[in-house]
Parts: sequence; C-alpha cells; structure tokens
Amino acid sequence: MPLHTPFHERTAALCTSYQWKDWAGHAAVCRYAHSHEPEYYAFRQSAGLIDVSPLYKYEVRGPDAARLLARMMVRDIAKLRIGRVTYCCWCDDHGKVIDDGTVTRLDEDWYRVTAAEPTLHWLQRLGRGMQVRIEDASASLAALALQGPNARAVLAACSDADLDGLRFFRVTTAKLDGVDVWITRTGYTGDLGYEIWTQSENALRMWDALVAAGTAFGLRPCGLDALDMTRIEAGFVLAGVDYFSAPRVVLESRKSTPNEIGLGWTIDLERDPFIGQDALRREKKYGSAWQLVGLEVDWATLEALYDSYGLPTYLPAEACRSALPVYRGRRQVGQATSHTWSPLLKKQLSLATVRLEDAALGNELQIEHTVEFERRTTKAMIVPMPFFNPTRKRKP
Amino acid sequence: MAKANRYDAILIGGGHNALTCAAYLAKAGKKVVVLERRHLVGGATITEEIHPGFHFSACSYVVSLLRPWIVRDLNLPKHGYEVIPLEETFTPFPDGRYLLRDADPERTRRAIAQFSQRDAEIYPMFGQAMSELGRQVKPIIDQPPPDPSSFDPRELFKLLGLGKTITQKGDDWTAAHVKMLTMSAVDFLSEWFESEHLIAPMSVSGIIGTFLGIRSPGTAYVLLHHYMGEIDGAFRAWGLPRGGTGAVAEAIASSARSFGAEIRTEAAVEHVILDGDRATGVVLENGDQLHADTVISGCDPHRTFFGFVGEQNLDSEFTTQIKRFKMRGSSGKVNLALDALPEFTCKPGVGRHLYGDITIAPDIDTLERAYDDAKYGEFSKKPFMDIVIPSLNDPSVAPPGKHTMSMFVQYAPYKLKNGPQDWENLREAFGDAVIDHLAEYAPNIKDIILHRHVLTPWDLEQTYGLTEGNIFHGELSLEQLAFLRPAPGWARYRTPIRNLWMCASGTHPGGGIMGSPGAMCAFAVLGEERR
Repeated sequence: MPLHTPFHERTAALCTSYQWKDWAGHAAVCRYAHSHEPEYYAFRQSAGLIDVSPLYKYEVRGPDAARLLARMMVRDIAKLRIGRVTYCCWCDDHGKVIDDGTVTRLDEDWYRVTAAEPTLHWLQRLGRGMQVRIEDASASLAALALQGPNARAVLAACSDADLDGLRFFRVTTAKLDGVDVWITRTGYTGDLGYEIWTQSENALRMWDALVAAGTAFGLRPCGLDALDMTRIEAGFVLAGVDYFSAPRVVLESRKSTPNEIGLGWTIDLERDPFIGQDALRREKKYGSAWQLVGLEVDWATLEALYDSYGLPTYLPAEACRSALPVYRGRRQVGQATSHTWSPLLKKQLSLATVRLEDAALGNELQIEHTVEFERRTTKAMIVPMPFFNPTRKRKP
Repeated sequence: MAKANRYDAILIGGGHNALTCAAYLAKAGKKVVVLERRHLVGGATITEEIHPGFHFSACSYVVSLLRPWIVRDLNLPKHGYEVIPLEETFTPFPDGRYLLRDADPERTRRAIAQFSQRDAEIYPMFGQAMSELGRQVKPIIDQPPPDPSSFDPRELFKLLGLGKTITQKGDDWTAAHVKMLTMSAVDFLSEWFESEHLIAPMSVSGIIGTFLGIRSPGTAYVLLHHYMGEIDGAFRAWGLPRGGTGAVAEAIASSARSFGAEIRTEAAVEHVILDGDRATGVVLENGDQLHADTVISGCDPHRTFFGFVGEQNLDSEFTTQIKRFKMRGSSGKVNLALDALPEFTCKPGVGRHLYGDITIAPDIDTLERAYDDAKYGEFSKKPFMDIVIPSLNDPSVAPPGKHTMSMFVQYAPYKLKNGPQDWENLREAFGDAVIDHLAEYAPNIKDIILHRHVLTPWDLEQTYGLTEGNIFHGELSLEQLAFLRPAPGWARYRTPIRNLWMCASGTHPGGGIMGSPGAMCAFAVLGEERR
C-alpha cells in the first residue's frame, strides 16, 4: 500500500474522484473531481495547489557540501550563492543522466537537493571521506507547489515573505500562519509559482492557511493530471518517461546525455572534475546522437485524417505518456514520449527525441496517430520550446 | 488627396467580426483601417469596468462558436485569447429541487433520474444525436451560403452538396433535420424526453435572441447551436473568455495590428461617400474623410443601409427587404457586482453549481407566459434567465473575494407598449423584476448587490449600436438564415452599392462570437475561396 503524504488527511477528503496513483511510493491525487480540466485552468489562470511531498529530498550540510555537489552535478554548484536555487542533472561516469532535480543553497554550508529517484546512496558514495552530513529529509519535509498567475497574491495574503524581492529561482524563509517555511520561486508548470517547504508536522496548518487565503483568488487543489499537461507545455522532461535513469536501463541506447534531453544548458564543463566530465567533453567534440525537440501536430492533416473516417477530430483531454514513433518520410527518426492537447495554445504538443540530423527547427516530421484501430500518421512540425513561456514566470 | 487617409479597405465599426475581417485583409497585405465609434473596440464583445474593480462582459458573455480555424489562422492564443470551459448547468426549481448537469455522465444520469429514469438514460443519446447533426451542418457555417437564384453551376453543386450532407446519413437523419428546422423546441424535445424538469431548461437554448416562445415553430433549430459549439476542436460546451469577452476582441485586434491593420477608436462614421452607385470612402462625424477601394460595414444591416448609406441611395425593392429583416430585440442584460456569492435555497453553500451556467427556467408554462408578456409589449414578469458568475472561474475580473454576475434576461421586448423610449422609465422596474425572480431561488441576492447595471434593448441600441437591441444583428430564425441573410440575392457579403460590403452578424452564418461572417467577408473581398 502506498504511503500517505503529510497532507493526506486534506487531499483524501477532497478527492471525490478516487483517482490516485503511486508517486515514489506515496498515494498522489491524479484529479480531485471527475475532470482535471478545472485544475489545469487553475494553474494557468488563477492558482493551483499541489502536494509535491513525494519528491526525494536531501539535506547536505558541512564544509564540503559544495564540493560534494559540484562533483556530483553537471552544474558548478560551488558558484551557487546563498538564497539561490538551481535546476540541474547528474550523470554517471559515461555522461549518461541519472536524474534531475533542484539544488537550493539555504546557508553557507547547507544545501537541499530534490530528486525523482532515491539518491542517498549516490550522495554518500561521492561524499565518502568528505566533511559532509547527508540526511534523507524525504519524509520529514512536506512540500506544496503553488502555481499560477495568482500564486503571488495568495502567498502575500497568508505569509510575511518579501515576495517582491523573491526573484525567479530564489529561496527565502518566512512565516506562514505562524509556521516556519521555506519558499522557493520554482515549480514544474513553467508559470509564476512557488514551492513551499516545511517540517511535516506543520503540513496541515500550512495547507489550511493557503487554502483559506487562496479561495478569494480562485485557488484550487490540483492533481498530477493537470500538472502533466502544464509541464509538457513548459517543455520539462520527466524521468522515466522522456528519458530513463542510466542505472535503471539495460540497453545502452536507452541512456541519454544531458544534451540529448535538452539539459545541455545546465552543464558547466570547464572546471574541477565532476562525474561524467570526460564523456561530456567527448560528446562536445564529436556531437550528440539525439536531441529533444518540441513537436506541434498540424491541425489540417489531423482533421483530414479523421474526416476520412467520417469522424470528428478527437484528441484525449489528458496528457499521454505512451511513446509513439516519429518518422521523416519513411524512416523512423525517433519517438515522441509525452503528449498533450494544450487548451491554452489550442495545439496538440509532444516532447520527442529525434536523431540530431533530423532535429532542426521547422522540420516536418510525421507522428503516429491511431484512428479506428488503424495506425496512421499526421504531420508534425518541430517548433521552439518551451511551448508556453509567460513573462510573469520570471518577472520580478 | 492625402495618402495617409487612403486605404485599401475601411471597416466601419470595431466589433469582433470587423476586427476579424480586418485581420484577414491585413494578413493578405491590404492597408486596412478599422473605425470604432466608442473608446474601445469589440462592439458587443467587450469588457467594461462598470463598477470600480469589477470587469464585466457587458453584452455577450460566453464564447463557443468562434471558429477554431480563425483561432489558428490569426494565432489568437498568442494575442491573449484564453477560454475556460463551462461544464455545469444548474437549474433550481420552485419545488425546492434542482437539476445539475455536468461533464460527468454518471452524475448527470443520477441527477436527471430524480425526475425521470427514462430521460436519464436517453439524455446521452440525445447529446450524441445532436452532436452528429451539428457535425453534419458544420460545413454550412464554415462556407458562404450557396445562392439558389444563381445560374452558375458551381452554386448548384454547392446546393446539392448541402442537400447531400443532410440526406447522406439516411432517412432517419433527414427526418431529424427536417424536424429540427420546423418544430418548436418544446415539441422537438418532447419527442425525446418526458420530464418537464429537463425539457424546460433545455428548451430555452431555442429562444435566445429571438422574439419567439419555446412553443413557437422553428425554435428547435437554435437548439442545435448549443451542440455546434467548439472549444478545443471537440464539439462541446461554452466557455468564458479570461478577462471577459472583451479580451477576445482585444486578441483579434492585437492580431490584426500585428498584420499591420490600423485601428482607430472614437472615430464615428457619419456616412459612406458614394460616387454614383459606388462607395469610395467614409466621412467621420468630426468631418474627416477617408478613402478606400473597399468599404466594409461591421454594423447591422439597418444601420448600414439606413444609417450610413441612406435609403434615398438604394432601390425600394432592396430597402423593403431590409426593412422586413426582423431585428426585434427580445432580451436584456443585468450585470451585478456582488459582495459575496448567492445562496440557493435548494442547494446552499458554494459548489460546482455556481461555476457553470445557472438557468432560471422553472417550467414550460412560466417560460411561455414570459413570452406572452413580451408579445403584448411588456417585459416578462418572470423572465427566463441565463446566469454566469465569471469571477469564480476567472478571479481577475473582480476584487479578491468579490464576484461579478452576468444575467442574460429574456424577454425584454424592444417595442414596449408605449414605444422603445419608455425603457428609460422602465429600466429599473425591469431590473427589479429580474432580481425579484432570482430572489425566489436565492433570497440573499438582494443583500449582496454592490452595484446593478441594467441593459435594456433600448440601451443595446443607443450605447452599442444594435438596432432594436437585437443581439444577433437580426433574428436567427429560419427565414433569415443562409442565402436569405440579410436579403435574398445579397447573402454573399456584397451589397447593391459597389465596393460596399457587409461583414457582421447580419450576414451568413449569423450572430454569436463566431468570427465567420468577418472572415468569409474578407475571403469574398479578396476573391478567395476557402476550404
């Protein structure tokens, strides 16, 4: 049986749909009511509140904390200043991605790492012999993501945080209904948003305060279905879906370098040695095999396809994680791994991994589409990512 | 002549259709100007801050028929077009019960089963049949109407094609189409359902914007419009534009500007300049003259021909046709700024029932009596009301914790017993009748009103330029649709005045925030066939 998160008492009472799924061994709400769409719209048009406690969380403290994380991450954590957060990934010796997450520098010698997979062993292995204390805070820290255009107004109404001073990817401490919290301006929706972290025993009080303050701003508790749509619009990859953690796969071809999953921008290559550095240097010299691209399905061909069956165009309202082959002419050039209809952009979007030589912006590819049990294809263009990138996300 | 005032096309009026037309023309490289009388564009597709901090979709308040291909062609999402679907329809009844229909088929089935188990099971089949009918007629609204009087074989083929779409699925579907086109909403629905609790709220879709009752023949057709709504490509519900319907007009305007169109506000057109039977430009009320090869009216047919052109410049045959074109405004709007949410006696508290459509349609007789009042020149004492609370889905339109309520009210006949001007005296009495009727179901409403804004058909005419307050620029009744809209022989956006065109709801396929008339007028002007 999956575990309960610290917010379970509240989320379970609200989840009238009984639709849950397992997230890192915890019961996580897919959608609270029959349809997930109001939750999607809350994220994009008012404010959505989602329990992200199942994230793996690690506290890394001590004089060597920075050195440990700089060695582990492809990003140079030694440069991360106090009060800042960074998004990055970490690799194995062959430069293949193990996982991605955030690193927050809470104090001089105090970092917090989030991960999608259990990572304690990796931190301990790399930290051997260093002056560093590593603590698995996954259970002791509760976290909520508050995302959407009204997120700031909601937080302002229930906390004493200096939100105008809290810029994109920064952290601050604050009191929220008397509870001590950390607020990071981060999230997985690609919108204005915050993640709020506290000790688990404060969880319910924090939830209640946010919900009470949020009602006037259209706040809605949201589940993973809505989150999945927003993260695809934001062009964020998901481990286990858009790429696979290197130690967990058998075939070499299933592993990816940061460059191949769109995270090349997080690599600080020329610095003290870090795990995977040599391999990434080689990749830089000889080139990657794959590239993550954003695909937009061409509506006219999709409509014509359905029309040829005498059917109205149908697209599921949920995001979908079934990988579909992507072709260029008759040749398969990759796979599309996450798909969603974007109600906001009015487009069918996919995240796809395609061969580097076929990955140029504007290229016309074909993506498999099944109609009436028949596998057909529709035209899809490679378009810039993120698909959705509102200015309010970064605006001071 | 100053080059600055020389255009390829001038659009009179800045309603959503004129803006759409302008965007398509500008996209095709034309030098275009839109001339709007008021300080903001949108016409009846506007958001106005009627009370400080409260932003209302003052007139039109939902969107669904805006053609998806227009959204794509004009890249409206990039220009701020965002729509939140409305999934719930809530109908409180005087006997203390209520009906709540939503996107959850099982829950809806249980809700209807309180009144009739049989209806509950048939309801989804009805929806499916209507969606199929809607799909079959969809090509009609996405193309200019065929012209049955033409000898051009292409027109004949189009007409045959139309017939084919309606008959291709077999006799049952043909019969359904014919019934749809001829029956009253109540009769049509009664063929499917037995419970008045379901028929009454469903039938009102058939009368919106027309001067007909739910038992009047021909109203069944308008039901179909509710199943032709398309959001996200799927045939379904209605939606609330974020920021009010004005945001839709703003998005289209922004798209038009991005293609190079010029949009002038507070630029009221006085009349169209004619050179013989040819339009060559317009004169503004401030005396400025603008010239163009093409002049396009985004106003209704009455205003276009009797206002801007002048009856004396048109054949009597044509003017008679236009005079016969029924405007007959039948509805009003009451917009409320609320301090809190209404509490319905039958379903207290805040819940899903407040998020969607709230329909005050208690039973068939009450609705028909509401029409009786109107027939004899009075507003309905117990009107049909279609209510939405946009601030619940889109908190940006009201201060935190406060709400906006939009009430579409029918009937409010333009022609009162003592003439339309009498609305000046009866406006508040009408507002009181509306609030009193709502208070029967939600008694706290009177205590939570911060501001009340009543729009009568007279106001719709005086402020928004809708002749006789008709929200569709002419009723959407069968004899006024397709090749008959607005007059036989003049349904292709052209007018008897050369170089003068029409692009708004008074032309095919008609009213609602649809954009089709505007877009198809642009194609006609450009000499393009689409799709």
